[in-house]
Amino acid sequence: MAHFQRIVPAVVVAFCLTAGVAISGTLDAVKTKGFVQTGVNSDLFGFGKPDEKGVWKGLDIDTARAIAAAIFGDAEKVKFTPLTTKTRFTALQSGEIDVLTRNATQTLSRDTDLGLDFVQVNYYDGQGFLIPNKLGVKSAKELDGASVCVLPGTTTEQNVADYFRVNKMKMNPVVIENNAELAKAFFAGRCDCLTSDASQLAGIRAVAPNPADYTILPEIISKEPLAPAVRHGDNQWKDVVNYVVLAMIEAEELGITSKNVDEMMTSTNPAVMRFLGVTPGNGKSLGLDEKWAYNIVKQVGNYSEVFERNVGVNTPLMLKRGLNALWNNGGLMYSPPFK
Amino acid sequence: MQVNMDTTVPEKIPFLRDPAKLAILYQLLTVIGVGLLSYYLIHNTLANLERQSISTGFDFLGKEASFEIGEKLMRYSAADSYGRALSIGFLNTLVVAFIGITLTVIFGTVLGIARLSKNWLMARLAAIYIEVFQDIPILLQLFFWYAFFYEILPAPQKALGLMPGVFLCNRGLIFGVPYWHVAHLYAAAAFGLACLLIFFIRTWAAKRQAASGRIFPVMKVAIALFVGLPLLAWWLTGAPATMNVPRLSGFNFKGGVTISPEFTALLLGLVLYTSAFVAEVVRAGIQSVGKGQREAALTIGLKPGQVLNLVILPQALRVIVPPLTSQMLNLTKNSSLAVAIGYPDFVSVAGTTINQTGQAIEGVALIMFVYLAFSLSTSAFMNWYNKKIAIVER
Repeated sequence: MAHFQRIVPAVVVAFCLTAGVAISGTLDAVKTKGFVQTGVNSDLFGFGKPDEKGVWKGLDIDTARAIAAAIFGDAEKVKFTPLTTKTRFTALQSGEIDVLTRNATQTLSRDTDLGLDFVQVNYYDGQGFLIPNKLGVKSAKELDGASVCVLPGTTTEQNVADYFRVNKMKMNPVVIENNAELAKAFFAGRCDCLTSDASQLAGIRAVAPNPADYTILPEIISKEPLAPAVRHGDNQWKDVVNYVVLAMIEAEELGITSKNVDEMMTSTNPAVMRFLGVTPGNGKSLGLDEKWAYNIVKQVGNYSEVFERNVGVNTPLMLKRGLNALWNNGGLMYSPPFK
Repeated sequence: MQVNMDTTVPEKIPFLRDPAKLAILYQLLTVIGVGLLSYYLIHNTLANLERQSISTGFDFLGKEASFEIGEKLMRYSAADSYGRALSIGFLNTLVVAFIGITLTVIFGTVLGIARLSKNWLMARLAAIYIEVFQDIPILLQLFFWYAFFYEILPAPQKALGLMPGVFLCNRGLIFGVPYWHVAHLYAAAAFGLACLLIFFIRTWAAKRQAASGRIFPVMKVAIALFVGLPLLAWWLTGAPATMNVPRLSGFNFKGGVTISPEFTALLLGLVLYTSAFVAEVVRAGIQSVGKGQREAALTIGLKPGQVLNLVILPQALRVIVPPLTSQMLNLTKNSSLAVAIGYPDFVSVAGTTINQTGQAIEGVALIMFVYLAFSLSTSAFMNWYNKKIAIVER
């Protein structure tokens, strides 16, 4: 029942907070229990969703697997907790999960008021509008008076309200908790448009009765840097998660892929040698095995491989790299040196 | 010397063997225990929140909400505060619960009586209805009704024109309303006056009947007053008839009043589900009245309607009211399922607030407080009513 789904975790959190939660030593705790507990989206194609065989797939899922690969040398030592937009932060705060990889937007207030820390962004997203072609709308500026389907519990509601206010337009929101129910109502014509992050719109469009009947409008009305999050105050754990994400980006820049990583072990490029642990040091600094980055690339892949596999142009989402290309390729993905 | 053995002063009972004093002691200890426990829990929660740098307190209520709400009974925009947004949600819950309870009691009573009907078809149909609607989870029923509305009904551009100024489409039922005019105020006052008059007429008619046996047609007069007085007031104050008629412009209708599919689906789902339970409560109440009561009433020449109204129901109500109260509370609490089908009730608005502010504990506390207030006030009213209709010992 939907309302229990959202209230129960909050109540659980209330009790967990009363009991006291260890906020330091997450890395040691994870090593002791033998797996990483990750909060994920269970219903977002391309980011987090089990396939028809029950195998979890998605960009966020692969990020979580990379964390497990770095710590245990085994990308499968990870357990997934499906969370809604409402329950995700509380699950992290209460210690129910170790890390949140669930397309969460990094914002100042979440970073401060919620007691969280966001790490390196793994997808630069922005909020847009999905609209049926038959309405003949070419720009979001023509949406005055529209009924807008909104998925609650994100910054989405606020962004769309801000956008309509700034452009002096009226809107009539229809806020439905459940992703699938929202998409159904939208496809049946309950709303004129649906607003969410562009990546999600691509995912929703992919499951439309006829995807070609729907267009994502060109206006992107918000910045949505989607980043994994950890609890505030545990710097060692934050470093580990942060550098796992960065390692995938750095591997792409160094030209290391899951296919050629074994050959690269014999490379004489000092940056590659340091990265793969041939020259030791990075692993020790992070409290991990020296082959941590090797394991990530070998078992999960570099950022480009992960992107193309889950959301790229050859997937039903058909997303281009855009902002998510490497910095030297016109994008924002930039890793500090691994030394 | 003679010692007076017949002393009236009893031997002093040791403190630990005196049940009365022990009872007080135990209660005192319990109160202290509960107090310490709550202090520990609250203090610990606050300390933990502080340590994890999570904001606390209700300051957020004054901050700008900056999200829109689809249905509102008061003026509200994204520039208003969280407090105002929450009161919009509160009113939305109140409306659906109030209308829902009213319809449920009426429909459930009719169903319960129908199930006991001598008419074979009517009794069976009522029984089938009750069994079917009782047995399907309410959430599924809500999804069904909601999907029914948005799948079946056409887009606003192809809205069904039921009559001039009334449209039905997947954005809801849209109809014209008169523009505000002072005449409406007079009409409302006349309606209030009609209620008052009917109350007096009813009392007088009952007294007269008790004294002389003559029956006064209260029902007919009541209907005439209810309709006639407001109409008369409206006519006397100028009979304003300009209507705010909805017109299709752009994506949606502008003007008029819209009853959304979300509200209708929620109301319909709640009423149909809860009335099945209420029908059973009513049936139990009626069957609890002895057969002899009915037979006796018929024997003295009362009509079947009078038998029900004057003999059966007054006795049945004593059995009906307590379980009926709990069904009313169920309806109110089930209305929080609104979030599943997009009706902005209190839980939905509070959920958005929790998400944007991140203050889950305060938000959940508010939700609990609001539902507690709803439930306690319903209970208080029903307990008062129950006392009023209870058997008076003479």
